Amino acid sequence: MTETNVTLTVNGKRSSLRVRPNELLLNVLRDRMFLTGAKYGCGIGECGACTVLVDGRPALACLTLAVAVDGKEVVTIEGLARGDELDPLQEAFLDHGAVQCGFCTPGMIMTARSLLDENPSPSEEEIREYIRGNICRCTGYTSIVSAILSCAKEKEEA
Amino acid sequence: MRVIGRPVVRLDALDKVTGAAKYVGDMKFPGVLHAAILRSNCSHGRIKHIDTKDALELPGVHAVVTGEKYQKPTGLYLKDRTLFAVDKVRYYGEPVAGVVAETPELAKEAVRLIRVEYEQLPPVYDPLSALADGAPLLHENLGNYEWAPVFFPKPGTNISNHFKLRKGDVKQGFAESHIIHEETYCVPHIYHSPLETHVAVGYADNGGRLTVWSSCQSPFAVRKFLSTALDIPLSKIRVITGYVGGGFGGKAGATIEGLVAPLALAVPGRHVKLVYTREEDFVGAYVRQGLVARLKTGVGKDGRIRAQQCELYWDAGAYTEYGANIVRAAGYTSAGPYDIPNLWTDSYCVYTNHPSGGPMRGFGMPELHWALELQMDTLADKLGMDPVEFRLLNCLKDGGVTATGEVVYGVGLTECIKTVAERIGWGDKKEGVGKGIAIMCKAPAMPTNASSSACLKFNEDGSVTLMTSAAEIGQGAMTALAQIAAEELSLPIEAISVSCPDTAITPYEWQTVASRITFSAGNAVVLAAQDAKRQIFQNASYILGDHEMELVDGQVRVKGRPDLSVPLESVVMGAFLPDGSAKGGPVFGRGTFTPEGLINLDPETGQSPRPVAFWTFGAQGAEVSADPETGKITVHRLVAAFDVGRVINPVTLEGQVEGGLVQGLGSALFEEMVFGEDGQVLNNSFVDYKIPTSMDVPAIETYFVEVAQQDGPWGARGVGELPMVPTAPAIACALKRATGTLHRKLPLVRHGRD
Repeated sequence: MTETNVTLTVNGKRSSLRVRPNELLLNVLRDRMFLTGAKYGCGIGECGACTVLVDGRPALACLTLAVAVDGKEVVTIEGLARGDELDPLQEAFLDHGAVQCGFCTPGMIMTARSLLDENPSPSEEEIREYIRGNICRCTGYTSIVSAILSCAKEKEEA
Repeated sequence: MRVIGRPVVRLDALDKVTGAAKYVGDMKFPGVLHAAILRSNCSHGRIKHIDTKDALELPGVHAVVTGEKYQKPTGLYLKDRTLFAVDKVRYYGEPVAGVVAETPELAKEAVRLIRVEYEQLPPVYDPLSALADGAPLLHENLGNYEWAPVFFPKPGTNISNHFKLRKGDVKQGFAESHIIHEETYCVPHIYHSPLETHVAVGYADNGGRLTVWSSCQSPFAVRKFLSTALDIPLSKIRVITGYVGGGFGGKAGATIEGLVAPLALAVPGRHVKLVYTREEDFVGAYVRQGLVARLKTGVGKDGRIRAQQCELYWDAGAYTEYGANIVRAAGYTSAGPYDIPNLWTDSYCVYTNHPSGGPMRGFGMPELHWALELQMDTLADKLGMDPVEFRLLNCLKDGGVTATGEVVYGVGLTECIKTVAERIGWGDKKEGVGKGIAIMCKAPAMPTNASSSACLKFNEDGSVTLMTSAAEIGQGAMTALAQIAAEELSLPIEAISVSCPDTAITPYEWQTVASRITFSAGNAVVLAAQDAKRQIFQNASYILGDHEMELVDGQVRVKGRPDLSVPLESVVMGAFLPDGSAKGGPVFGRGTFTPEGLINLDPETGQSPRPVAFWTFGAQGAEVSADPETGKITVHRLVAAFDVGRVINPVTLEGQVEGGLVQGLGSALFEEMVFGEDGQVLNNSFVDYKIPTSMDVPAIETYFVEVAQQDGPWGARGVGELPMVPTAPAIACALKRATGTLHRKLPLVRHGRD
């Protein structure tokens, strides 16, 4: 198969690499860039464990071709903290006990990040609706929802 | 209390929120090769021929392995299973051959090139048909297998274990009964659905040593399983576990390791990685067994249960090396949390051509309690008695007697029931909304000598490495054990680091299962800390003289003399005396725990005064409504109360219970493995096998009762599996009150099926 050149920015670092046309973003991140935070949970977009941000929007890395992110900016869970300073969502997940086995956690946090970027003051219902594609088998979601809710800014009066 | 009972942030949480946590699938191995498995496309067939020639000739393929080379049966309790199919396949999806190749794609391509010819045999898909005269036999050689003496297979039938319990005189009990109710209840197969599928890496060196990295709950059980099957001494097998991305029992015993190990042995010097696809994960390890339960229960005019007869038919699948013990556990728990003087139980482990049944959160208890609790609720209705009152009257209390004749003490069940009734607003009517309650009990089902051990290795700065082989599967074992160590050693939690299991390094642990780690490994940690303290005090005595000492806040001091002390870090490597001489040495605490005095059940009557290490009790309530037009069921609230003995960490405990309730909710409403006529799983994806999402979860309230477990660490007993147990019956009982109909078959949402 013919390989193509792809240039993308991952967690603020620009890199160029040659990829096969059927190569998945998830495998590029995990196997070639050693960013194993995004997980393989199903391979067909059912579980959300591979969620990363592409140009600020949540994307399922297991369904995203590497060639499709040419020229784009990708943020993975490894790129969320600024140095030692955790993203408020990461802090909230720690404080609210929103982590158990942790396998869904990277994808869940990236989805939540995207929600808060879109809507800084989501209601509990909006949170539940937004993260419905990210499956968690351990927590029952209650602690996850309260962690995200704790990062929501109070709605300004109109 | 310094750390016990405090909401300590999980030790693994920072790694997990930053993406730094390494699961086995995240580990990198130089020159790793990839494996894929050929699985049977027939549920019962004799293997006539396997042609691997084309697969072997495909460039990039390193090895193909079939059952031919490894014919020795293995298994945890009953050795009825081989690594790859030998002579016969017994379920759709059974491993027939494995391929090792340069890439995962090549391995999959090679699998497609293997041709297998089967002679189709008649299959059997339900336990009752499998017991009928003339039913096809799955294991013709059952009588030649080895099994632990507490199991009772019936060679020449499909019964791999017949558990019997005979207590009191049921005939008399029924004769004394005012109302007798007989009913049948059904539970389908369900799938654990951990977010991380099974994954393992194997490496065989040229010296006959085998290393397996596996996402597993029980590295020592894996090692033993492999040793038997592969004829390799235990000392030459090493099993390493990282963080595990969810287990729920599906990664207990040994599963994927039995495939990756022989493949690694075929290519010594190279790492071989096998990752189950999600589809494969549905059948590639264990599933929760199906159950048909027939109960007959008699109650007196006073509402007291007089007698019960139980027939439990377990659809245990093609191999029951582990499942045989679930059948036993349900048998000896067949009175549930009730004091029933006359009890007669037959629990049958039945082979069928379904995937292998095995442990799943609750180990038979959710299935058993589905039947028991619906039965009890119906009896309360028939008596005209309030269901909460009925349970309060009949449930086990201090001095009560279990199914096996064990007298129990320290039972907080009554308080659990009262808490749930109060919090759910029992008695407050709401139009269109039904409330239900269900209660439960569970004990760890394990060999009587199942042990744990712990080492506390002190570092030069006074910090400690805690080594156990308890797997961190999300339940928070790492944190709970560190809290116990920190409390015993009067150290801050930050001073304790905990290592993941490695059978070559960390000390023995039977298995991370059965809600027993906090109790069993926790006890081992307490003992290790006491051992360490003895050494610390010995070292300190060289400086402070021979006195009774205590360890407080990092200071070793003479009891009652805070002025006579030395810093802990100054004595953890031994004592250095003013003249330059050294005495004592590095502190290395060790502790082992085996529950003492557990007695096997009598083979004929199932009676024993102490068959299990401890019992945990609890109650749950549910508030449910159903749309009369569409039938849509809405669960509004779930309330739970468990007697955990002692809360070690309120945050991880609450989280674990919430998660268990939601798993229970999934099993109540929609989880069911659907099989085609050929025995194939039809809904092997998260689109077709629906587990709860954030949209399905109701308001949840959890409460904890603390009646100390006398021999538990700081009074704690296990709870991990429990919330899975009474959820489905609580919801079904609530639905009955909302609609007037009791559904006896799970799941409640039946998608237009029967």
